[in-house]
Order: sequence, then C-alpha cells, then structure tokens
Amino acid sequence: MDKLKRRSLKVLGASLGAGAFAVAMEPLRAFTAGLTLDQFLRSHFRELDPEELKDLLSRLEQEASEKIGRPVTMRADPPIEGVQFGYALNLSVCVGCRKCAEACHIENNHDRATNNSYIRVLEMDQGSLDLERGNADYDHPVPQPGKYYLPIQCQQCENPPCVKVCPVEATWKEPDGIVVVDYDWCIGCRYCEAACPYHARRFNWTAPVVPPAEVNTDQGYLSNRIRPQGVMEKCTFCLHRTRRGEMPACLEACPTGARVFGDLADENSPIRWVLANKRVFVLKEELGTRPRFFYFFDK
Amino acid sequence: MSRSPSSAPPESSTSSGPPPPSTRGGHQPDAPSYFLFLWRAFRTAFDGRWPYYAWMTLLTICALIGANAWAHQVADGLVRTGMSDHVSWGFYIANFTFSVGLAAGAVMMVIPAYLYDDHEMHDVVIIGEMLAIAAIVWCLGFVIVDMGRPDRLWHMLPGLGRFNFPRSMLTWDVVVLSGYLVINLHITGYLLYMRFLGRRPAKRWYVPFVFVSIGWAVSVHAVTAFLYAGLGGRPFWNSALLAPRFIVTAFVAGPAFIIVLLEVLRRVSSYRIGLGPTRTLHQIMKVTVAANLFMFASEVFTSLYAGGAHASAVQYLLFGLHGKSGLVPWMWTAIVMNVASIIILLLPRSHQDGRLLAFACVLAFIGVWIEKGMGLIVPGFVPSTLHELVEYTPSWTEWRVSLGVAAAGLIVLTVALKIALAVLTGRVTIEGYVPSIRPPAPAREVAAE
Ligand code: SF4
Repeated sequence: MDKLKRRSLKVLGASLGAGAFAVAMEPLRAFTAGLTLDQFLRSHFRELDPEELKDLLSRLEQEASEKIGRPVTMRADPPIEGVQFGYALNLSVCVGCRKCAEACHIENNHDRATNNSYIRVLEMDQGSLDLERGNADYDHPVPQPGKYYLPIQCQQCENPPCVKVCPVEATWKEPDGIVVVDYDWCIGCRYCEAACPYHARRFNWTAPVVPPAEVNTDQGYLSNRIRPQGVMEKCTFCLHRTRRGEMPACLEACPTGARVFGDLADENSPIRWVLANKRVFVLKEELGTRPRFFYFFDK
Repeated sequence: MSRSPSSAPPESSTSSGPPPPSTRGGHQPDAPSYFLFLWRAFRTAFDGRWPYYAWMTLLTICALIGANAWAHQVADGLVRTGMSDHVSWGFYIANFTFSVGLAAGAVMMVIPAYLYDDHEMHDVVIIGEMLAIAAIVWCLGFVIVDMGRPDRLWHMLPGLGRFNFPRSMLTWDVVVLSGYLVINLHITGYLLYMRFLGRRPAKRWYVPFVFVSIGWAVSVHAVTAFLYAGLGGRPFWNSALLAPRFIVTAFVAGPAFIIVLLEVLRRVSSYRIGLGPTRTLHQIMKVTVAANLFMFASEVFTSLYAGGAHASAVQYLLFGLHGKSGLVPWMWTAIVMNVASIIILLLPRSHQDGRLLAFACVLAFIGVWIEKGMGLIVPGFVPSTLHELVEYTPSWTEWRVSLGVAAAGLIVLTVALKIALAVLTGRVTIEGYVPSIRPPAPAREVAAE
C-alpha cells in the first residue's frame, strides 16, 4: 500500500514536472513559428550551387517583398575578377558631420530604433591619434576648433581577426577583399565581435525593424538585406553597389569629398593615386591586421 | 544492509567498509547486466528520502525558472540581456569561463591519487570526476544560452556543419570539452559498473584514461584561456599570463568545491570518507590561492606601471575610469575574499576545524568566481576597442537563466553522486537493490539520501 502510494506520488511528480517544463518553454513557440524547415536546414552560402542560389534568392526576394508590400530585388553579385577594393579617407577635410553614418543607416536597412550604422565618427584632439582621447558621442555643431574627426568602419583587413575566430566559418573574406557574413549561417556566438579591434561588427540583439516605406529595396544577400535576429552584421563597403561599379553610400553622402574608394589593383584608380602621393596610415597597425582602409592628412 | 560477499570494490577502497576485493569473481560484464546497471542506477536516481526529494524539487523549480527566462530570451533576442555591441559578452561567458575552471580543477583529486599513489584519495576520485561532469554541463549550458541562434547549433557539428578547426579557438574548446566529458564519463561509468558487478576493475581500462584526463584537464583550461589571450585587439586579455592564471584559479575553485562537498557528504551519506583527501586538498589550496593572488598582483603591476592601453582596463576594474566604476566593488570584494581565505587556510586551526576550512573554501570559491568571471570578461570590453566607456550589468533575465543552468548542473551532480554512493556502499549491485526507504539499520541512522 505504502509502496503504491509512493509510486503514484512519483508518477504525479514526474507528470507535474513535465507539464511545468512545457509551460516554461511556451515562449519558444513564437520563435519556432517563424522558422521553416527550409530555413533550418539551409546550407552554407558557399556550398550552394548556382541553381540552389537562384532558388534561394528568388525565395528571399519573395519573402521580403511580401513583408513590405513592395517589390524587392535580392542579388548576390559575385566579386569582379581581379578587383581589390580599398578605401581612403582625408582627415584634413572631414568635418565630422556624420552624413556618411546616416547614409549607411538608410542604405543598409539598419534598425531604426537603435539608429545603428556601420560607421562611428570619433571627435579627436588636434595633435593626437590616441583613440582614448576620442569621443564618439559628441552632440554639438561641427567642426569644433582644435578638433579633427575620425570616421571608423570596417577596415576590411587583409588578415582579419574576426574571420579567424569564427567557429562555423559564417564569416569570410571574399576574393575582392570584402569580409562578409552569411546571416543565415551565423550562430550568434559573438566571438568575432570580441576579436575585432575596430568595433566594426554589430550584433542583432533583436530583429531589426524598418518601416516598410523606408526599406531600401535594392538588396544583396551578403550585404544590406534585412538581417535576422541573433546574428552578426558588418560593413561590406556596400558590395551590392560596388560590385556593379557604383560607389559606397557613405562616399556619395560625404559633402566634403573626404572619401576615396576604388580598385587597389588598378594602377590608374584614384585610390592608387592617394596611396602613391599622400602619406597614408592605417589604424592599429601594430596588430598586424593589415587594413584596406587608409587615412591621410592633406596639410 | 546485506552486502553480497562477492561484491568487490575498486582496488584499495578500504575506508568505505566493504570486504576486501576478491581477485577474481564477480559477474561477467555482458549486455543484460549492463542494462540492469543502467536500470538500477535510474531507479536510484528517483528514490530517496524526503530531504533528497525536497532538494531535487528545489533544483527543478530553479531550472524551470531558468528555462522559462531562456525561452523568452530566444524569442525576443539577446536584447533581454544587459549586453550591447560594446560589451558583447557578459555574465554567461563569465560563468562559462569559471565553470571550465571548475571542471579542470575537479580532477585535482586525481593527480595525488594516481601520480603519488595516495590511496585514501582513490576513494574520492570518483567524486571529483563527477564534479567535472557536472561542470561540463555548466559549460555547455552557459555557452548555449549565450548563443544568438541556438537553433543553428548543428552548424558546429563536424561533418554536418562547417567546423572551423583548427583555426578558431572556439572549435578547440568544443573538442577538448566534449573529449573531457567522454573521458570522465568513461572512467566513472567503468569503475561503478565494475563495482556493481562485484569485479575488480581492470587497470588497463581506466588507469590510462585517468592519466589522459589529467593532461586533458590542463588542456581544457589552457584552451579556454587562449580563446581570450589570442585576441590582439583586447589588451586586457592579450597576456601570456592568462593561461597559467586560469590553471591556478581552477586549482583553487575545484578543490574548494570538493572540500565543501566532502564535508556535506560526510553528513548526509553513509559512505565513510576519511579526512586524508581533505587534508591533501587543503595543502593544494594553500599554494594555489597564494599563487593566484601573486599572479593577479603581477598582472596589475605590469599594466598600471607601464600605462597605456593595458592600464585603462585595469584602472577601470580596480579604481574606476572617468567616473565609471561598476566593477570596483565586485573586484575589491573578490580581493578581500581571496586574501581572507589564504589567511584562514594558513591558520593551524583550519586543520582541525572543518567549518572554518569550509568557510575559507567558500570565500575562495566566490572570490575566484568574481575575479575570473565578471572581473575577467567585462574589462576586456571596457573600455571598448575605440576606447568608449559603456558599462554592463547583468539583466534580470541573465540572472534567472544562469540560475537555471546552475540548477541543471547541480541536478546532474546530485543524481550522479546519489548513484555513485549507492553503488560504492554496496546498496546497488547486480545481486540486489536495496531501496533507501527501507528503515535504516541503527548504525546508519545518520545516513540520508
Ligand atoms: S557571431 Fe557569427 S560570424 Fe561571428 S564568430 Fe560567431 S558564428 Fe561567426
């Protein structure tokens, strides 16, 4: 009798526990509901054959269009043979207006609430390159006397620490020098964010929200399509634009012409002219990351 | 409690009372007996007296609270945590790091037992290995709850996903941690199964593994240190002293936990554990707590005296920087605790007074938890790589999820110990199963499960 009582108590306890577990995990449903088996089993971007890629892009295109009620184009332009992208920035003319950061925000479909951008502009003391004395949160008319401005975005390192550390190869360097993330492969461990010395990586702490009317419909798989929740993202020098010969959005937005973008492999490109004729430097050279983003002063 | 005459303990296990091991005998290991072993182990896990049920219920409730908080976090995103793009790792990774240390430190029991052939230690080796297993559960738990996309965990599976081995240190960590889990499961499982059969364990089936696990313990923790030390952009972590410091703190936290655990087991279990192991661990801690303090001091000196980028993180940690000082009270608490614990450990009285020793262990344990948890992870991010000062405090969600993970590990530890002690005391053998609800014999009045 006692034994029976004990056993039924145990069964009761076990079923109570199981029930409580189901209740506790209930909120997960909201997450799994938005997840299709297809998405769950998607292969790594670089393992897709051309057919699969085409299917995937048209599916993503359709999903994105449905979501905002406007046609979206979703492309995955391959790198152009022989091109090596590089960027240079003239610190003598940059006035710190943050127009580049703003253009990035719009172009790359960044979350509106956080006002995210891949570019941070530091206000620096004249005569010092010490980042410790910079200030990214300035909120006053620019330029201020005695200051200069240092915009920082992904440096597209030749030896990228972020790529090295990724446990699942969700981030890699493309042949044209751009470090990209497969948003559908990243597991969101944020090791790369810890590894990056330039604060270039951003994490989607929640699903980004862009009002449908404001979405940039010209989207790239590896660049500015709206990112899923819980994955890493970063500046790609707007590869959805630059791979078809356009300039990055930040360059076009710059009112002072401080930004020079181009093909490092092309001897006649403006960027090569800058490298040949200006005394350029890179950030944190001592770390051996070999950035492809160069800074210079005019005067 | 009747013990079958043929029940043979693992060699040299004398202090627990069962008859000396017979050289042969026992049952042949075969599949049915193995299933019986698993089944009886399972039964043991669900069978105990009321304090056991109360404890397990409490743990289950905590685990459920954590599961619920985690489910919300997965649904809404890591925005529910206190982390940001500036401080992108926080409480979870801090606890992960500490747990790796605990896992590594737990086999500190094994080193004296096997390298120096300390026989009394043999009896408690299993307890250390079980702590290692539970600590690995903590490690895995804390890593998984930190992931932005736990649904993509399979991307890490070699073969199925794309495992960036050997380039990424994180993949090394996955390899060494899972290997460590397997080794420890094998050793404990084998020894218990043999005892269950009443056989003498064959040395070749566990001694080599024991030695491997010792080396492996060092490697799990070194690899975890390299995970941070290898990041050139984070001066606070980018130090060659990090790995040695990790090992030393592991050998503080592991023994501290085990000393307290042995003290608890002496009270709640009928398994007789001598004082020898405690004494050995006490000696170990005298060295490691002091060594840890010394390494910490030399780290602080090097950073502060030289100045520069390295200094600002240490300054933030110990004194606050530009008015931000979130970690300062934590860090000083840790330092005070560590210093107090070494003082107590060195007092002759701590050798006689079990409570005092346990108190010193608790101090050291919490001290290391702070120092190697939050005190190590957060200053890696404050100031950030662009020298911005954004502070971090764990959110309510992070506390609850961490509570849940901690409870899950403790459930594993409790159940594992429950089974181990039932087998070691001869209550569960191939011949029979003595449920713990049977009225205890007078001699075992104190024995509770
Ligand atoms: S966050 Fe994503 S891209 Fe970064 S290391 Fe982790 S898996 Fe790789």
